[in-house]
Amino acid sequence: MATSSSSQTFPVQLAAPVTQEQPWIRWTLTLLALSFLSLFLLLPLMGVFFEALKKGWDVYIDAITEPDALAAIRLTLTAAAIAIPLNLVFGIAAAWAIAKFEFYGKSILISLIDLPFSVSPVVTGLIYVLIFGLQGWAGPWLKEHDLAVIFAVPGIVLATIFVTVPFIARELIPLMQAQGSEEEEAAIALGANGWQTLWYVTLPNIKWGLLYGTILCNARAMGEFGAVSVVSGHIRGLTNTLSLHVEILYNEYNFVAAFAVASLLALLALLTLALKTLVEAKVAQQIRGNHS
Amino acid sequence: MSIEICHLSKQFGSFSALNNINLKINPGELLALLGPSGSGKTTLLRVIAGLEKADSGQVLFNRKDSTDKPIRDRQVGFVFQHYALFRNMTIFENVAFGLRVRPKKQRPDSREINRRVTGLLQLVQLDWLADRYPHQLSGGQRQRIALARALAVEPGILLLDEPFGALDAKVRKELRAWLRKLHEDMHMTSIFVTHDQDEALEVADRVVIMNRGCIEQVGTPGEVYEKPANPFVYEFLGHVNLFHGRVHQGHAWINGLKIDVPEHAGAEDLNAIAYVRPHDIEVNRISNGEPALAARVVHILAIGPVVRLELAGKDKESPDSIHAEISKERFRELQLARGDQVFIRPRRLDLFPDQAPDGLMH
Repeated sequence: MATSSSSQTFPVQLAAPVTQEQPWIRWTLTLLALSFLSLFLLLPLMGVFFEALKKGWDVYIDAITEPDALAAIRLTLTAAAIAIPLNLVFGIAAAWAIAKFEFYGKSILISLIDLPFSVSPVVTGLIYVLIFGLQGWAGPWLKEHDLAVIFAVPGIVLATIFVTVPFIARELIPLMQAQGSEEEEAAIALGANGWQTLWYVTLPNIKWGLLYGTILCNARAMGEFGAVSVVSGHIRGLTNTLSLHVEILYNEYNFVAAFAVASLLALLALLTLALKTLVEAKVAQQIRGNHS
Repeated sequence: MSIEICHLSKQFGSFSALNNINLKINPGELLALLGPSGSGKTTLLRVIAGLEKADSGQVLFNRKDSTDKPIRDRQVGFVFQHYALFRNMTIFENVAFGLRVRPKKQRPDSREINRRVTGLLQLVQLDWLADRYPHQLSGGQRQRIALARALAVEPGILLLDEPFGALDAKVRKELRAWLRKLHEDMHMTSIFVTHDQDEALEVADRVVIMNRGCIEQVGTPGEVYEKPANPFVYEFLGHVNLFHGRVHQGHAWINGLKIDVPEHAGAEDLNAIAYVRPHDIEVNRISNGEPALAARVVHILAIGPVVRLELAGKDKESPDSIHAEISKERFRELQLARGDQVFIRPRRLDLFPDQAPDGLMH
């Protein structure tokens, strides 16, 4: 090959490869994308931190350590701490069923998992009010037993679970489908029971995808506003999550405090982004490992 | 362990993967399930393993009904076409897996596990790879590890699903010989699935030829090659020339050639197909008085002790190309060159009256 091509050289340097654009086009496109990102993402993000720290470090610290803010942080963490493990179990179970088995109504299940993506969060909240509210279907029964769901912590947790359902399952289904079920079959043929197969074979194979889904799930759980807003009732120190607290402070013209609390959410977003980038590479590796 | 399969059937939707299969596998036998894709051979293997459930019929291990026995309790070693090694475990842990997942009472202690895994890795000649991960191994190495892993649980039978299907030709040939030797050393009842005729004929004690969910023929490699039961087996095993003709009261007419076929004395003017192996074709320079077909030499492959000739019949009805094999000595005697005219006649043929060939053409 090398000997034959040396005798007839083509003027490759003169014409650019067909897949490459002119330099000025490349630069223009890059610049366009970067300025768009700066204008609509970077600038507002910096604005949040700028506003939060406008009146100095002490005011900032005060704003995020006052009792109502701390209660909001606690509630947000609680809701996430309940929603994420539940979605982990559900996500693994649903992805396992969809990726490894053929059954009737599989496409309906896949659509149902996507439902929270397509339904407006406000509608989600209203559905819960309709079911568990005082005028709702389960309302009288709950009142009789002295249980509160709407305008209380359980409602917030329920709404958070609902909006975060797709994240883990959606991440795992393509991964598990790509990996197939031969390794599980091999494990069972070697005498492993269901739990051993899940624990030693399936979970290690999907661990990075699982972590990736969990990170996204966590970001959504902590940042959720719409659905939680409807069921919360905005009781300060009791049913206020971080994002709801930001809204209350903002409506009270307490801008510095509002931006200070918002900066916590912005930090969470940045952290999520960093983790996501790290884990993404690992997930790609895990899918590739299948074919290597 | 002996295996008996009785009236096994399985449907996938409207597709009949297994159609009333009956088969007896003797203890210590190495059996090949051979057939084109979609013939049901892999399904049969998976039903024997317990990875798939049959719609009806029975599987007996050592004459005991094991149809509903879960795969865990069947004591089968299963080797997958794509190895299915646990990618998150080292080679050592892969082989040790079957021992480690045993209930506490039956689980060997770690020294015993160590000893047995090392022994198995030595058996497959890969003990130096113990600390590697599957993705660091070549295909042939992975398949040997998969075999060691299956053997670790001391199975009663070994089932291999296209074990060499994903490997290149050279490695495949090596592993074939190696599997044959391993089987002779261990004498474990083994069944392997393949679509490669040479592989089945070379390695197995007996070959089961399957087509469309049915067994076409069971026999030793010699039997199925020398006495194919029907046109499908003839064509699937390959290396055969096909002629169309007619048969009437013990005589066959093939491309104008009259041949005595006393075993078909009862045939009354039927269409027939005749199969002739390339080495059963006699090639002559000149017509020696006996009836023969005129043909032209199209291609000569003179590598090794056997010279392969590709011939084109002069007759319009004869097949597009006829393959003949003659010895090197005969080739020198005839002094053949491309384009020469020759006269050919079958020394031996198998005739199947009034049957359309189904399945693969070779």
